[in-house]
Amino acid sequence: MRNLLEIRLLPPLAVAAIFVTLPWFFPSAYYYRIGALVFIFALAVAGLNLLMGFAGQVSLGHAGFLGIGAYSVAVGPAHLGMPSWLCVFAGAALSAIVAFLVGRPILRLKGHYLAVATLGFGLLVAIVLTNEAGLTGGPDGMTVPRLLLFGWSVRGSDVWYWITGATFIVGFVLALNLMKSPTGRALQAIHDSEIAARLLGIDIARKKLAIFIISAVYASVAGSYLALFNGHVTPDVAGFLRSIELVAMVVLGGMGSILGSLVGAGLLVVLPQALTIFHEYEQALLGLILIVFMIFLRRGIVPSVAAVVSGWRK
Amino acid sequence: MAELLQFVFSGLTVGAIYALVALGFTLIYKASDIINFAQGEFVMLGGMTTVFVAQAGVSLPLAALIAVIVTTAIGLALHRFAIEPAREATSVALIMITIGASIFLRGMAQIVFDRRFHSLPPLFGADPIQFGGAAILPQSLVVLASATAIVIILWLFIERTIFGKAVIATAANRLAARLIGVDTRRIVAFSFAVSAAIGATAGVLITPIALTSYDAGTLLALKGFAAAMLGGIGSAPGAVVGGILIGMFEALAAGYVSSNYKDAVAFLIILIVLIAIPQGLFGRAKIERV
Amino acid sequence: MKALRCVMAATAVGLFGFLAAGHEAAAQIKIGSVLSVSGPASFLGDPEKRTLEIYIDEINAKGGINGQKLQLVVYDDAGSADNARTFATRLVEEDKIVAMVGGSTTGSTLAMIPVFEEAKIPFISLAGAIQIIQPVRSWVFKTPHTDKMACEKIFADLKARNLTTIALISGTDAFGKSMRDQCVAVAPGVGVAIAIEESYGPRDSDMTPQLTNIRNKPGVQAVVNPGFGQGPAIVTRNYRQLGITLPLYQSHGVASKQFIDLAGPAAEGVRLPAAALLLADKLPPNDPQKSVVVNYSRTYQQKTGQAVSTFGGHAYDGLMILVEAMQRAKSADPAKVRDEIEKTKGYVGTGGIVNMSPTDHMGLDLSAFRMLEIKGGDWTLITGT
Repeated sequence: MRNLLEIRLLPPLAVAAIFVTLPWFFPSAYYYRIGALVFIFALAVAGLNLLMGFAGQVSLGHAGFLGIGAYSVAVGPAHLGMPSWLCVFAGAALSAIVAFLVGRPILRLKGHYLAVATLGFGLLVAIVLTNEAGLTGGPDGMTVPRLLLFGWSVRGSDVWYWITGATFIVGFVLALNLMKSPTGRALQAIHDSEIAARLLGIDIARKKLAIFIISAVYASVAGSYLALFNGHVTPDVAGFLRSIELVAMVVLGGMGSILGSLVGAGLLVVLPQALTIFHEYEQALLGLILIVFMIFLRRGIVPSVAAVVSGWRK
Repeated sequence: MAELLQFVFSGLTVGAIYALVALGFTLIYKASDIINFAQGEFVMLGGMTTVFVAQAGVSLPLAALIAVIVTTAIGLALHRFAIEPAREATSVALIMITIGASIFLRGMAQIVFDRRFHSLPPLFGADPIQFGGAAILPQSLVVLASATAIVIILWLFIERTIFGKAVIATAANRLAARLIGVDTRRIVAFSFAVSAAIGATAGVLITPIALTSYDAGTLLALKGFAAAMLGGIGSAPGAVVGGILIGMFEALAAGYVSSNYKDAVAFLIILIVLIAIPQGLFGRAKIERV
Repeated sequence: MKALRCVMAATAVGLFGFLAAGHEAAAQIKIGSVLSVSGPASFLGDPEKRTLEIYIDEINAKGGINGQKLQLVVYDDAGSADNARTFATRLVEEDKIVAMVGGSTTGSTLAMIPVFEEAKIPFISLAGAIQIIQPVRSWVFKTPHTDKMACEKIFADLKARNLTTIALISGTDAFGKSMRDQCVAVAPGVGVAIAIEESYGPRDSDMTPQLTNIRNKPGVQAVVNPGFGQGPAIVTRNYRQLGITLPLYQSHGVASKQFIDLAGPAAEGVRLPAAALLLADKLPPNDPQKSVVVNYSRTYQQKTGQAVSTFGGHAYDGLMILVEAMQRAKSADPAKVRDEIEKTKGYVGTGGIVNMSPTDHMGLDLSAFRMLEIKGGDWTLITGT
């Protein structure tokens, strides 16, 4: 039993070790910024991965929850006078409620039909954020006041690196625990065969809805962090391309692997920065790299590499 | 009354564009279960290649033909070099490959072509046809007629040829199809070629109305995908009906509700329809086996 | 699995290449830029980037500034404010730039401002909205006219023609929305009533429902279309399709020959406020801007083979204001350069004559805008307003 626990917690511990030691090699605040962005997106992707990798449900509108979280910390302080930290929680609660209301009807849809329904949801959020300029500042976006914690103003990429990294590791452990819980096992059964799961007496609709809400909360917190970190938020945080990017991070890193979420987010945050040396060709190369990765590591980076490593052991 | 008619004409114009894009999704899906997110780029390539070949001094019909051939070749190459090597991967991984392809094609298009907007002259002039106090451009009718023609050709092909039967067999059960001697690999390659050709044709025909640029594909793919799903994915008549319905929703919402929220209204209706009819208007419910 | 190892090796090499890049020693003046070269605002970022590259080369060919060569570092934010912010940090922290000319859109400019304010590096923005320079921020400047000025110019022309009740149809993109807000704010003060408002998405392909509603609204005397990209071209075509004969006003957002090409014959009679740059050869010889705009448009057309747009002109002005400030400061020290930029007086650029001050970090007035009308497929100057 003790052994099992240790194996389960090995990946988050490894991530934590890297997280703490990596800054020794950071030459400037820019690297802290990239690190923080990786953790922010990894958090959102981890949530989406629970939905896609474990429950087998696709969402092409997850950036909508990113947007709700981001605009909560922008609109809350500006229009309601709420402190930012409270808005992070309020945003998460709002996302959970929205996920509950939206999820109930649309999670009955399957496969690509669910994809198009979630896509519609994401677009609705983006349209509202763009059009309600009085509240959200419209397409130009709005300024987000800095996070105040115990009278201390949170600023600087290095501080945000620590906050986002710590949050991701907490999210990582929670996700792992969820997977191993009875709910998690039930979800995996849904993924394998929905009808078989139903025959086993699993309340599919409720389990799916629960995981949809959890994944929405992950994305919402990530969105709040992103907005607070940037100090400015625009509606493209909730855009269709952002949703696609999140799905790409899940698939690239490996569906069903939370560690993969970190790797996928890391790759798609760092890659555009690295590819700037190719100037004009950066986008074409990004597309090409995506294709090559999916051809050669078709189960995602982490699961494929893990399979190779265990193959070597044998 | 004239007002309503004008909204309907607008809905037909926009809807015909979506329908033509949506048609491209159906065949690939039928043959391989893949939603091809690079379909919008096929449409863009059709329009942009025509513009640039014509600029080089080639006559317009020939330029359009070259564009369709070039795009078809790109569709085949996409299958040969990206889809085929990963054919045992899950459908999510394959969809990811098409997303990668869409980013790649967009990235190349801005280098090979440029980053500006372009237009093409309409087939039958730019003078609107007046009817009952409303006006519609002849080109809108051309797009509509082409969408209908493609549906009929696809139907004839699938129902009346051995090759078409093989597509149906592949769609129904790939393993079984292979066992009875269908070369499923060729069927899938063929579906990419035809979808690319349909996409390029769409690009040539809609550019006089909607203009084009290297990144025109993203939104078209999004709307086309929604249209294909509304109609029931895999059904050609469904794609056309889905496209025209979405165009109508948008136009009527812009006319009667709010132009700010017309896209929102359209997607809300799609959501409601799908919740009521989970397999889309013309789709067949799949029977899941345990 | 050999392929797998190749992929992994290639990734590793790529990442290390990335870490190593940006650390090359150089005794040059580094100027940074973040532009929306691709994405929905690429028709802003593309000419801006080309312009900066052409003129940095030209300046270096003439020996550089204060004996030092200029080095340009450009990043493409693809229209995302979030990307812009990351690249801004990279310019400051990694590339160690001394000045910044860029920010194609208002959204990305606003997202980048805190970075340059904190790093104390002068930032000349190429975006339109008035929020960029109001309130005045000590390190932030901008070269294009504000949307507010465009509205005022249009309304002045409307008043001169005795047209006081108008319809607005605007894009829901950043440019259209921002200008729409300014026009709505300015209208009551100058006695213009907005009878009906419509909007369209930046990628829409048909605007006839919105225009039908405008046509059916009684009392409307003219239509104003704040927007950029393909939207205004389609609005203009649909306008003629529906046979609307009211005067149509476009904004400075379509100030490029491309608009006339896209809208075709439908563009006849359309009016818009724009910088003198579009008229270049047609300006009277005694116009103070004549030589600047003629030189710029010839150079740009020669090097790129494309028609000139005012957006590239904004980048030209930004670069030249910066370079002249460096020459006056006899140094590339950010603080000294900032002070000199603020003292810019009588700079004749493509956008107008710039007179900055501690309270005005743009330095343009309404005279910088000309009212143009499209006649015979070309711009003509409307005089008298």
